[in-house]
Amino acid sequence: MSLLNSKNFKLLANPLNLDNPVTVQILGICSALAVTTKLKPAIVMGLSVIVVTAFSNLVISIMRNSIPPRIRIIVQLVVVASMVILVDQLLRAFVYDVSKQLSVYVGLIITNCIIMGRLEAFAMGNKPWPSFMDGIGNGIGYSIILIVVAFIRELFGSGAIMGYQVVPQSFYDAGYINNGMMIMPTMALVLVGVIIWIQRSFNKELIEKE
Amino acid sequence: MKNFSNTYIFTFSFIMVVVVALLLSMAAMQLKPFQDKNVEIEKKQNILASIRIKSSVTDAVEKYAKYITDSYVINNQGIKQESVDAFTIDLKAELGKPAANRLLPVFVGTLDNQTKAYVMPLRGKGLWGPIWGYISLQPDMNTVYGTVFDHQGETPGLGAEISTEWFQKPFFGKTIFKDSTEFVSIKVLKGGARKDDPHAVDAISGGTITSKSLEAMLDSCLVQYKPFFIHNRQK
Repeated sequence: MSLLNSKNFKLLANPLNLDNPVTVQILGICSALAVTTKLKPAIVMGLSVIVVTAFSNLVISIMRNSIPPRIRIIVQLVVVASMVILVDQLLRAFVYDVSKQLSVYVGLIITNCIIMGRLEAFAMGNKPWPSFMDGIGNGIGYSIILIVVAFIRELFGSGAIMGYQVVPQSFYDAGYINNGMMIMPTMALVLVGVIIWIQRSFNKELIEKE
Repeated sequence: MKNFSNTYIFTFSFIMVVVVALLLSMAAMQLKPFQDKNVEIEKKQNILASIRIKSSVTDAVEKYAKYITDSYVINNQGIKQESVDAFTIDLKAELGKPAANRLLPVFVGTLDNQTKAYVMPLRGKGLWGPIWGYISLQPDMNTVYGTVFDHQGETPGLGAEISTEWFQKPFFGKTIFKDSTEFVSIKVLKGGARKDDPHAVDAISGGTITSKSLEAMLDSCLVQYKPFFIHNRQK
């Protein structure tokens, strides 16, 4: 199991908590606000980002010694862009309704700072397998936040989970109403803030010294 | 850091671009049939929705065959054009032609109570990209029966609201002719329409440009059908 030794495992696990791209590095907030009103698009978006970060990390890492440094950013962009176009085409062919909900945000994965950040900081200087793990780790770290936020927003905003009504009709009859605020992007930001707060109260080392 | 010659850099970029282009065009070709099928189903769902029939991805084709009983193509004089399939007409291409040469599709829906509804496609420019939709009229060719509007990238929460039910519902029952001869279309009014105004609905706060674009789309697309409406109206 040398492929999953403790060093590689760390690459996978660190971005889930202590080095989370959304809550610690504060990257990719834009799409985290936009695609989290419902759980389904959030999951698809998360998967798309995992695929793109993992495979662009892998490809760039394989090519890293033959990429001329002067045009490395362009090369990275070309790789990321073609990955994203591929993912977009696949979504359009097989999950058309979700691809419509995600609309421009799939294309905007190209500009998601997490991806370029990992390519430049990790894949350019590491072997393919660790880079691949790093990509998956960061993708999952991003997805977890998306899914948590989307779960809360869909539950309280629409009374549903994955499109299935979970708040029973009798609640509505008794005067319960869906929280319209949850549908707004503002609440996503507040939720991300709350998640950061909770995370920091559990991991004291994340708190900056005065 | 290694030094790379200019020749190497040019060759590298050339090969990279060719490989990526090949890869992407192959993927696009392979996936095209699936994507076209999705677009076709969506179009059928939209036409059905404009006559207020809800359909899902799985039953859209079946319901379309059941409810859309006829479709034909007319020109801007209201004369039927033979041997053209209304469903395959690309409205974007038609709107690029001179008005007299345009082929205008009409879909005829037969509702559960056997009354007819006439569906006209719409297309226009929004704030950020195209907006489109379908509008259905009752057999008097004057009263709106149902609408569907959609957009490519209008601002979420503002212009994008044109695709929601609360925006579209007020259109139902509005009329597009004044005194049966004057074509007035339906206005989308900033600040709100008077409740008893038969030719106007409320615009979206913060989505004025999209609202105005939608108004322009309704006017410019429906006015082409005017001879057809006048000629075929049933009292």
